[in-house]
Amino acid sequence: MELADIINPNNLVYEKPKLLTENTMHYCPGCSHGVVHKLLAEVIEDLDIQEKTIGVSPVGCSVFAYNYIEIDWQEAAHGRAPAVATGIARTNPDKVVFTYQGDGDLASIGTAEILHACNRGENIVVIFINNGIYGMTGGQMAPTTLLGQITATTPNGRDAGRNGYPLKITELIAQLPGTSYVTRQSVHTPATIRRCKKAITKAFQAAMDKKGTSFVEVVSTCNMNWKMTPVKANEWMVENMFPFYKPGDLKDSSKTDPESYTPIKN
Amino acid sequence: MAKVIGAVVVDNEECKGCGLCVVACPQDVLSQNKQVNSRGYHYSFMKTPEACIGCSNCATVCPDTCITVYRVKL
Repeated sequence: MELADIINPNNLVYEKPKLLTENTMHYCPGCSHGVVHKLLAEVIEDLDIQEKTIGVSPVGCSVFAYNYIEIDWQEAAHGRAPAVATGIARTNPDKVVFTYQGDGDLASIGTAEILHACNRGENIVVIFINNGIYGMTGGQMAPTTLLGQITATTPNGRDAGRNGYPLKITELIAQLPGTSYVTRQSVHTPATIRRCKKAITKAFQAAMDKKGTSFVEVVSTCNMNWKMTPVKANEWMVENMFPFYKPGDLKDSSKTDPESYTPIKN
Repeated sequence: MAKVIGAVVVDNEECKGCGLCVVACPQDVLSQNKQVNSRGYHYSFMKTPEACIGCSNCATVCPDTCITVYRVKL
């Protein structure tokens, strides 16, 4: 069979999601952001919620996310995406609101906002891209940088005595009663990408069912600032990030645990 | 088992030559071109088109969504 016979709209098995715009992404070659954007577009398309989805983009590489996915977007100040999303979700209860944040945005400057939004159990989805580095500003140390990891501001590797310990923010958030679904995923192989898509779908479903905050961490690569090829960066992530940031579901339950959170009697 | 033939179409101008699809392909179909596109990236192409089974692994991992996959069952 000739190639021209196979390349026919009737035989199509995979094409670009309709929600992704024609704009070429500004991300570096091999960046995990592109894959997560694609998954978001697919999930929103599958759930048929394009008209009522509002994304809140952070400060960081993904600040231009509004150029790539055809939904409504709101830009937030650095780290304040969960606070902005709270306002949007409370004033528009019929909308599906999600924030898309990096580790510098969520785990550093926005720690207070994310912890309190999750503790209040706002009905939002949080997509957290963790690549262990400040990508946009040139590869400085982030709170999630691994011990010994070389960055622009830790040229000899992160040292616990001087720079403190890496922050497992997802484990912290899983303890909060407001969260319903907390998971850690990755997007480096076709199998993990499909698993991540299922997790994002579940998170959106939980937010639509008003179950509380859903939190999806995606352990990602920043090959440019790790100074590796995209393929090598994926291998480095499996070897070094996964032992510390273990992929898998951390919490999967309803909004509150009635046993431990009973109001006092007056 | 029915034989399956696939084909992938890479948008040469969109491809940034990251090489993730080359690693993801179980049939070793894809390779990076020696030629570059207008932005200077070594875009992917089908080195051995007859081996493609249309599994769409390459398109799944592509961060720039520049791969379209077709499949025919014989």
